[in-house]
Amino acid sequence: MPPAQPLAAAPIQPVNKGAPLLTVQDLKVYFEVGGNRLLGKEPGVVKAVDGVSFDLRAGETLGLVGESGCGKSTLGRAVLRLLPIHAGRVVWLGQDLAKLDDRSMRGVRRDMQIIFQDPLASLNPRMTVGEIIAEPMQTFQPGLNKAQVRDRVKAMMAKVGLLPNQLNRYPHEFSGGQCQRIGIARAMINEPKLIVCDEPVSALDVSIQAQIVNLLMDLQREMGMSLIFISHNLAVVKHISHRVMVLYLGKIMEIADRNSIYYDPLHPYTHALNSAVPLPDPDQERGRSRIVLKGDLPSPLNPPSGCPFRTRCPRATEICAQVMPDLLPAKPGHLVACHHADTPRGN
Amino acid sequence: MAAVLEVTGLKTSFATQEGAVKAVGGVDFSINKGETLGVVGESGSGKSQIFMSIMGLLARNGSATGSVKFQGEEILGLDVQALNRVRGAKMAMIFQDPMTSLNPYLSVRRQMTEVLIQHKGLSEDQAAKQSAEMLEKVQIPEAKRRLNMYPHEFSGGMRQRVMIAMALLCGPELLIADEPTTALDVTVQAQILEVLVGLQRDFGMAIALITHDLGVIARMADRVMVMYAGNIVEKGSVRDLFKDPQHPYTQGLLESMPRLDETEETRLMTIGGQPPNLQNLPSGCSFRDRCRYAFERCPVETPLLTPFAEGRSKACHLPSL
Repeated sequence: MPPAQPLAAAPIQPVNKGAPLLTVQDLKVYFEVGGNRLLGKEPGVVKAVDGVSFDLRAGETLGLVGESGCGKSTLGRAVLRLLPIHAGRVVWLGQDLAKLDDRSMRGVRRDMQIIFQDPLASLNPRMTVGEIIAEPMQTFQPGLNKAQVRDRVKAMMAKVGLLPNQLNRYPHEFSGGQCQRIGIARAMINEPKLIVCDEPVSALDVSIQAQIVNLLMDLQREMGMSLIFISHNLAVVKHISHRVMVLYLGKIMEIADRNSIYYDPLHPYTHALNSAVPLPDPDQERGRSRIVLKGDLPSPLNPPSGCPFRTRCPRATEICAQVMPDLLPAKPGHLVACHHADTPRGN
Repeated sequence: MAAVLEVTGLKTSFATQEGAVKAVGGVDFSINKGETLGVVGESGSGKSQIFMSIMGLLARNGSATGSVKFQGEEILGLDVQALNRVRGAKMAMIFQDPMTSLNPYLSVRRQMTEVLIQHKGLSEDQAAKQSAEMLEKVQIPEAKRRLNMYPHEFSGGMRQRVMIAMALLCGPELLIADEPTTALDVTVQAQILEVLVGLQRDFGMAIALITHDLGVIARMADRVMVMYAGNIVEKGSVRDLFKDPQHPYTQGLLESMPRLDETEETRLMTIGGQPPNLQNLPSGCSFRDRCRYAFERCPVETPLLTPFAEGRSKACHLPSL
């Protein structure tokens, strides 16, 4: 039984300055739903991601938060070109990904990986753990011989906290937390520059979540990759991220460093999200004033005019129904899209 | 204070091909009138199976022994007819996934009125009127129109409201809520919790709130019991348990949660190892192979749940943490 891990002074990796790894400009991902060409019925359009722009630096973790249906998973997948984009640009180390042909894209894919929410469902039940972790390496580094592959797989298994002698076991023999470690090992084996983590701890027990969060942060400190960390759990996102983006119906409401998102939120939606998260402290919980939003997320098929949040917003006025507010800097590095945003408290 | 529910020596096991699996290993607890008891634990801790046993809803290969007294009357082992006079009427349960708990083929009206017609012998019209009123109480807008709709026409949060409304139709003394907000977004969770708090104030029912979310427990519960591998490992008032956890597992759970209000950059503390495998538990204390304080006595002797302060008890050999 390992003893409790000691507290590290600075558990979060400092971010490299310099040119961004990834630049996303006015990205739009639309889906057509329903409709029937034969009957002349026009399909509806869901604007899952609607004009999103951001930069991601090497070694940085960007958290994406928002309610289900806000477009956070779609955004994560569109960045990896796993979904076709409707408009906008995804620039990876200076290259526009949409312009790459399949062969060049394949080269880039080695550097971008994804981890999924359901750890068992994302592993092929007929492959051994060793085969699962080796597969991306054999795809991108076909020159490696068997012994090299096995050694690297074993080293990676040890790094993510699996026993290297479990190489020949099958996914069903592992618990949920261990399966997520296998998924992380598979994503890390080619030493990628970016990993999109799509709700990687949501299906895990509380005591296992912390293990996986620590593992991802340790790996980042050691290997320096960037993370796009998608989760509906604000506390986990705040813990692991350098910056946090708040999405609502496909649009960025606010983006700022993690402390500003919690301690100095400027958007009424961010206020509401923060105040909805219950704190594990009975005294604070009972004394808190809480903003409870009315109703549910509006249908993305028929979003409100102007600002999409206005139908649930306690500050909404006439202008909100007419004009979508621009995403503007309120202070350096802190952008907000709201006609009635708070003034930042300063530094 | 009078206990609504009194559970003594409850054991639940499931017969499987590999032998009997003990899901609940003998638990004692009670719930008082109007109070909220939080039940915390990871998957496989037995937190849901306790209440499935109480409601007579165990899977076919499951069996429960011990004693469960509801308002003084023994209900464990009652036949279905006798049990049906209690459950659904005086004791109701809501589940994590409202879509699978509602019948997709029947309108909400049909599913709600059925409860009142069965248990209270109301006419269809009276039942529909009361059902619509109850939908209003759980803050469903346009309740009269919504009553005639089908479950798929409701959002997840609205479906959970329908479930709560249905559970409260007969004015139960005890509401068992099994992970009622786990499938919902935080904003919708906040709405549902607010509805539950309001209804408890109005109707005065007791609530057993089963969840793995310590934040929800901190917000809602009066008293808490923490489950591990089928046993209660710590029990106490919500304040005592959060301010001064005395079982290593409770302490570990609280420390491993990232907090939105954390100010310092600290590494998350973790509980090592995996959640318990009920078919292969360690000897002695089931938590010992994940416990950072384990010593010689732990593999040899199973600690019993023992009182150590006013209203508090724990199952641990350590005198204090």
